[in-house]
Order: sequence, then C-alpha cells, then structure tokens
Amino acid sequence: MTVQLTAGFIPLLDVAPLVIAREIGFAEEEGLDLQLQRAPSWSTLRDMLALGQIEVAHMLSPVPVASALGLGGSAAQLDALSVLSVNGNVIGVSRDLAKRMKDAGFGFDFADAFAAGKALIAASGDKPRIGVPFPFSMHAELLYHWLGALGVKAPQDLQVKTVPPPLMAQAMAAGEIDAFCVGEPWGSIAVENGVGELLLPGSAIWSFAPEKVLAVRHEWATKEPDLCRRLMRATWRAGRWLSNIENRMMASEILARPEYVDVEAGILERALSGRLVISPSGDIRRQAEYVRFFAGAATFPWRSQAAFIGSRLAARTGLDRAQAMDAARMVFRADLYRRNLADVGAEMPGASEKLEGAIAHPTAVSSVSGKLILAPDSFFDGSIFDPSAIS
Amino acid sequence: MPKKISIVVVEKDRDRALLIVDSLHEAGDFDIFVISEETGLARRIQERNPDIVLIDVTSPSRDMLEELALASGPLERPVAMFVDKSDNSLTKAAIEAGVSAYVVDGLRSDRIRPVLDAAIARFHMFQQIRAELDATRRALEERKVIDRAKGLLMKARGLDEDAAYALLRKTAMDQGRKVVDVAEALVTAAGLLS
Repeated sequence: MTVQLTAGFIPLLDVAPLVIAREIGFAEEEGLDLQLQRAPSWSTLRDMLALGQIEVAHMLSPVPVASALGLGGSAAQLDALSVLSVNGNVIGVSRDLAKRMKDAGFGFDFADAFAAGKALIAASGDKPRIGVPFPFSMHAELLYHWLGALGVKAPQDLQVKTVPPPLMAQAMAAGEIDAFCVGEPWGSIAVENGVGELLLPGSAIWSFAPEKVLAVRHEWATKEPDLCRRLMRATWRAGRWLSNIENRMMASEILARPEYVDVEAGILERALSGRLVISPSGDIRRQAEYVRFFAGAATFPWRSQAAFIGSRLAARTGLDRAQAMDAARMVFRADLYRRNLADVGAEMPGASEKLEGAIAHPTAVSSVSGKLILAPDSFFDGSIFDPSAIS
Repeated sequence: MPKKISIVVVEKDRDRALLIVDSLHEAGDFDIFVISEETGLARRIQERNPDIVLIDVTSPSRDMLEELALASGPLERPVAMFVDKSDNSLTKAAIEAGVSAYVVDGLRSDRIRPVLDAAIARFHMFQQIRAELDATRRALEERKVIDRAKGLLMKARGLDEDAAYALLRKTAMDQGRKVVDVAEALVTAAGLLS
C-alpha cells in the first residue's frame, strides 16, 4: 500500500535527492507517495518537522545537533537518517571587495583557501559583514573555521548576518553584506545579477563537509521503522542516480521547475558539473565534485561528523564539550543506515567514526564488501578532529 | 505589580500590523512596537529589548531572529527562545495559525498566554482571509479556462455556448475528471495544434 509522506525543503540545489526520489520514481518504487513542500525559512522548516506537520525535512546538518543540545529552541528531538549531500557551498564577495582584492594582486583561483582568506582579511578592513543562511549551519562552521585558522577571532571579529539563501544576492545588492557563504544556486545568482564574485568553494575549506541531512523526528524513526527504511532507500537510490554524469542535465531541468528551486536550469547545472562562472565578466573555474550526493560514502552519517558539529557549537555557546559531542553522536543514525541500506548495496565503512580531516588522498578502507574508497576529508589548515579526544 | 510586557511585532504590511496591535491591546495592557523593515532586523529588536517578539511563520526574515537565540553576551537578555518548550500544544496552535513567537527566557507562561492567544486568534483570521482569497482566485482562473474551452468548441464544432458546456461536462463525467481539467487539456492541445 502506498503511504504518503511529506518532505519540507528550502529551494536549493541540494534538495536534489528528495526531488529526484519523487520525480524519477525511487519513492514510488518503495511504495511512497513523497510530497514535497517548500518552506519559507529554515526555522519554520525545523518547527514544521518538530511539530509533526511534515514527516521529513531537507535540513542543515547542524540543526538536528543544535536541537539535541537545546539550542535554537526546537520542540522535538530530531534524527539525521543519512547525509543528503556533502559540500556545495560557495563563498562570494561583493564586487567592491573583489575589486580591492584584485587591486592588491589576488588572482581568484577558486582553490587556495589560505591565499583567499588572507586577501579577504586584508581588503575588508574592520569587522567584515558576512551573510550566512542560518546560525546553525555548515556555512557558519566553515566560515569560523576558515577565518579562525587565519587568526581572526570568529565570530567576535566578524559581523555575521543571517540572510535566507534566495535573498543573499539582494542583501549584497543592498550593500548589507560584503561577503557570503551560501548554497548553490544562490551564489551563482549573485554573479548572474552582477552584484558579487565567487571566491572559494566550501570544499576548499573542508573537503568533505556534511551539508544537508535527511531529518525526521526521533520519535517517528522509532515508531515507523518500515517507512524509515523505505524513505532511506529511495533517497539513497536518488543520490546514486544523481552521481551519474549522464543524468545532470535532466536533474537540472527537473530542479529548475517553479515548484522546486525555480531558477534557470543552466545556472543549476553549473554546480552539478563543477564548472562555475565566478564573475559577471564570465570567468570560469572548475571544481570537480563541487557537490557530492553519493561517491565516497557521501551519504553515510558519520558519528564523528556529528561530534565535530557538537563540539563546535558547544565551544561557541559555552556548553560542556564532552557532553555535547556525546549528545551529537546519537543524532547521526549510522545504526539505521547500516540496518536499512546494506541490502541495496550501500558501501558500509567498518567503523562509524573516523578522524575528521585525516584523509588527504582517496583511500581504500576496510568495509563490509571490501571495496570502499573514502574521499579526502582534509581541512585547508591541516587540522584534524579526533572525536575521542577531549581537550 | 510586575512591569508591563513589551512586545515587538515584525510585520511588513501596515494594515496587518495595525490589526495585530489592536487585538493585542484588547487582550491586555502591553507596550507594543512594530518593526516593518527587514534590514538589520536582529539589531533593531535588540535595541528594543522586548519580552516577546511576534513574527509571521511564512516570513523568510524569521531566520534572522534565530540569531537572537544565540545572543548571550553579558549585557544582553537571557537567551530568547521559541515559545515555551513546556507547552507544546500552544506552540503547535501558534505555528498552525501562522505566527511564531520568541519569548525571553524566564517569562512566566501565564503572562505569555494572553498575548499568544490574541496573536493566534488574529493570525487565524488572516489565514482564513488568505484561504478565501485563494479560493476566489482559483475559481476565477477556472472560469477563464472553461470559457476558453467553450469558445474553442463553439468555433470548431459550431455549437452554442450551452451545448459546448454540456459536452465538456459529459466528457468530464465519462472520464471521471473535473470539468476544469478537461477544459485545460483542450486549451493546451489547441495551443499545441495551432
């Protein structure tokens, strides 16, 4: 019997696994009538999920962790069943700031986070104003890690402003922000509208950052193990479909529809193909695997990723680090991932935690089938997060 | 006698803002301040230092308020939070009505209640009006499509208006579809063929 599930989302490229699960039929295959409902803001999406108006949400990876730590006031405990996408954010600067950076000799290589960060700090003066979509977001974490490693006291020495993704270009045009970190296609839209230039892909800061997760209520996951399993399988298959280069164009066209992202397919395709137009004058930079939906066990919810997020949130809000990391771990349901996806062919790593940042090159690791190759997960500054160490 | 509760209402539409303020005044004696500008929203709210902030759940600016939940510097008020965690049904009623509330930590729930009840009632009315407007608009759109389909049939088959409508209706009934769906299919097909 077909069961209807409603998934809420924010119009972004990385809602793709949910949209494709519905449109290409992976949800139907699992007997799910997956309805997609666009939400006006991340906080409203979180509350719709917490209060049971929807069953599923396309969610920023730090949001369920923040909820588990009692931050940001959520009424329910949320679980991340799997990672929907890895990377996909972009740092952009206003044309003014870009010009100052170029005048100082910076080349906009869209790769070197050290050089880009130093150029940004030198050119932006006191307390640069930077837009991020939400206080609990990988965008904020990347930004703080990046500028923090370059000697900026983050967030104290920054003016971080919350701006919803579709309004980012507008905020830049209105002169409210000097830089942003946002998910595609909204960085490209700033370029397209002639208000900004792209500086770095998020992956230049952390090459394997869990970006969005498949979020449900903890209580729902416990009560509906079968629906959970069907949902996870449908989105996992959609991720695999998306990783096939041949499907890029169709994916862009589906996502471009007014009910989904409502942005021209050509602009959506830039991030999918890793070929980004970084300036209004048309400069192009390539970044392979700009966003990952599948390869390198991208969808596996590493408990160490959750612990990293928990540790960072705790450090900023004055919570106990060890307790926060423990609470965070429980949110990323590696256990359900193993239980529900082994028989569809998902590669299962031997462990559910790893040192975050320790893989510099594609590395074969022990896995159930023995074939798993993990993608590099290094931070630009070489830092390594050890989930078992408390400092 | 505790100090008057201060409320900030974030609302762009002036008429709606006035209606909300009126309802709140009826519910009690509060200090109410309306912010209609989205620019620098978090800063403006911090300047007012309110006990409660009310904002439409469909406003994208709502995310800007989440910053307040993190503002915990020494001079700032205790962490603002989403309604009252202990009262899930109230939160649910508020979200369903389309209003979200941020409440300063520590404010007693019996003092929050009348404010939220008034806001919920008012937002319910907004929602009903919006739903009615949507329904009217949809009906108008449907009428237009059906009229165009009738026109096509009258021209192509030489029917009069009543006969054209009867044909649309019969087709719809035979196929178990709505008249407007059949009309739409016809209009689309005619567009493709012309």
